[in-house]
Amino acid sequence: MTDCDKLLLVQAEFDGELDAAEAAGIAAHRAACPICQAGWTTLAAARTALRDGSLREEMRPEFRRALERPFETALPAARPRPRWWREAASFAVGAALAASLALTLRPAVEPGLLAALVDDHVRALQPGHLTDVVSTDRHTVKPWFDGKLDFAPPVKDMAAAGFPLLGGRLDYLAGRPVAALAYAAGKHPINLFVWPQPGTGSTAPELAARNGFTVIHWSDDGMALWAVSDLERDRLEAFVAAWRSAP
Amino acid sequence: MPDPVSFASVALPHLDAAYSLARWLTGSRDEAEDVVQEAMLRALTYYPSFRGGNARAWVLQIVRNAAYGALKLKRGLKLVPLGAEVDGGAPIEPVDPGDDPEAALLRARERNELERLLDTLPIELREALVLRELQELSYREIAEVTEAPIGTVMSRLWRARRMLVAAAQRGERR
Repeated sequence: MTDCDKLLLVQAEFDGELDAAEAAGIAAHRAACPICQAGWTTLAAARTALRDGSLREEMRPEFRRALERPFETALPAARPRPRWWREAASFAVGAALAASLALTLRPAVEPGLLAALVDDHVRALQPGHLTDVVSTDRHTVKPWFDGKLDFAPPVKDMAAAGFPLLGGRLDYLAGRPVAALAYAAGKHPINLFVWPQPGTGSTAPELAARNGFTVIHWSDDGMALWAVSDLERDRLEAFVAAWRSAP
Repeated sequence: MPDPVSFASVALPHLDAAYSLARWLTGSRDEAEDVVQEAMLRALTYYPSFRGGNARAWVLQIVRNAAYGALKLKRGLKLVPLGAEVDGGAPIEPVDPGDDPEAALLRARERNELERLLDTLPIELREALVLRELQELSYREIAEVTEAPIGTVMSRLWRARRMLVAAAQRGERR
């Protein structure tokens, strides 16, 4: 066993660069070729290792600010439009859809905030972004926030309900630092954003949808909570119900 | 003077990708910042000649050129002989089937060696791998950024992946 001249085609199949017919042809070859099977294993192993997030390189926030600032301060009218602005139309469609599904979509949910939540959720899905502190133990995650926030976010262990805790991180939303807790529902991550909202007491969950993501908002004991996920609505509602009943 | 609004909307969304590529090309976070800064200045200068199309590939190509410039300046990096060696007529080697690649890479990661292994790949292999696996660029985009034919991109990618696995397997046997 030395070589196979189809290895680069197998790689192209792996990288999604072939059309369906080509991919089927090369997959058939691969099934019968031990060299190409070993090649596929190598490709998959390299991808798994490289994409697990440990190689993610974060820019220092100060450096990013320094690069972005000239376009904001020197040219106040020249700020790039926020993404939600461009997507306001699709938000309206999402809202109409939500209403037609008899969901309780609160009109008071600012599109800007909803967009920021979903953007933040999407950003967190990039490798290495989901958690700053990685732990399934709430007794590790909760103290991690000490000194980083001016409030103590509730951190609950939801593993028994089928939503294991993945960890936590700090985010900046609604003009303030907030706690983001990451949970898993099978392969779907859930981001739970928490910040204090004095005077709200407790409010019932309200649901919104945006760009295929489901967002549920409620309040508990003066804390605003926002769960964001690509889960089906039922599953995210189950998560919220489990969270609210968890100790 | 280029229109700053449209420049910002074209270039700024790719800052993360720019920084990541710069870091993996230079091997250093400090140098990556210098490179990104230089690249953004160049991009602003070149912006009037940007004809639309793939903004990310355009930004990354400028970052790559800035990084190669910085490397040449600081280390006297010889780029040409490597390219000849890397892209030359050697056959596409299959992998060593003797060891489980995934297990070897996993253990390399546990030893915190993955970053070092990636940094030790020849730069042209490393950039192809980083653009494909970390930035998830298509072959065509990688070809655009690295100014290489697609066939070369494919060959570099294969060699990069195989070398990474082989290096992890070698690390095991030491």
